[in-house]
Amino acid sequence: MANANHTTRRTFLGLAGGAVALGGVPIVTVRPADATPAMLSSAIRNIVGEANVRTGKVKLDIPPLVENGNTVPMTVSIASPMTADHYVKSIHVFNEKNPQPNIGNFYLGPHAGRAQVSTRIRLADSQKVVAIARLSDDTFWSATADVVVTLAACTEEAI
Amino acid sequence: MPSALINVPAKAKRGDIIEIKTLMSHIMETGYRHTASGEVVPRDIITSFTCRYNGTEIFRTDLYPAIAANPFITFFTTVTESGKFEFEWIGDKGFSETASASITVE
Repeated sequence: MANANHTTRRTFLGLAGGAVALGGVPIVTVRPADATPAMLSSAIRNIVGEANVRTGKVKLDIPPLVENGNTVPMTVSIASPMTADHYVKSIHVFNEKNPQPNIGNFYLGPHAGRAQVSTRIRLADSQKVVAIARLSDDTFWSATADVVVTLAACTEEAI
Repeated sequence: MPSALINVPAKAKRGDIIEIKTLMSHIMETGYRHTASGEVVPRDIITSFTCRYNGTEIFRTDLYPAIAANPFITFFTTVTESGKFEFEWIGDKGFSETASASITVE
């Protein structure tokens, strides 16, 4: 048996491995701070002001489980007749844990005919996505979806 | 070299609701990534997309780094007369691209 003062090849390798692992830690923490739920709610407040956001009318279609957070298909649609008097003014999409809480703002009008937009988004982590619609009477409606992401966006190193 | 893909039906009936699909090739660099040497890769994204129909704005989007590379955006509009859709993408580092598509309304 090796005594405590005698460095064997095995203990040396073990220590060296530990040092490499520790050395790796600062690189990992270089990642920017994630958007917190507080940032999410302040981003929402910037859009809606003091208005009350109600749940309903909005449908947020996003896969509940995605493999690649770099491109996640997303569709937002709103139950609205889209007439000159009753239409959707804008759609705002937010997330909880990306570095920034905003994803996109979409501005439409009564001429859109159908209140629906699709795009592809990035998700840095498993998180909540919130879509908020502003209607022509300046009421706000929202829908929320939880997404599990296996491979996160934003974390890989650029070449 | 930036390039756009636009999908607009060539013909429609008056009052039809049509779907417009747009894709602009762009890296959409978030500004949150680092090189192996630890330097931040500067942000380079498209920040705004606008669609005009015969000169009138019908759809506009603010984009953030959370929009995936090669932004793909689809939306709907009601067509009332033949005309031209003009699309414009504006972004960081002076990025500005336009594209257009015509539709015949019967």
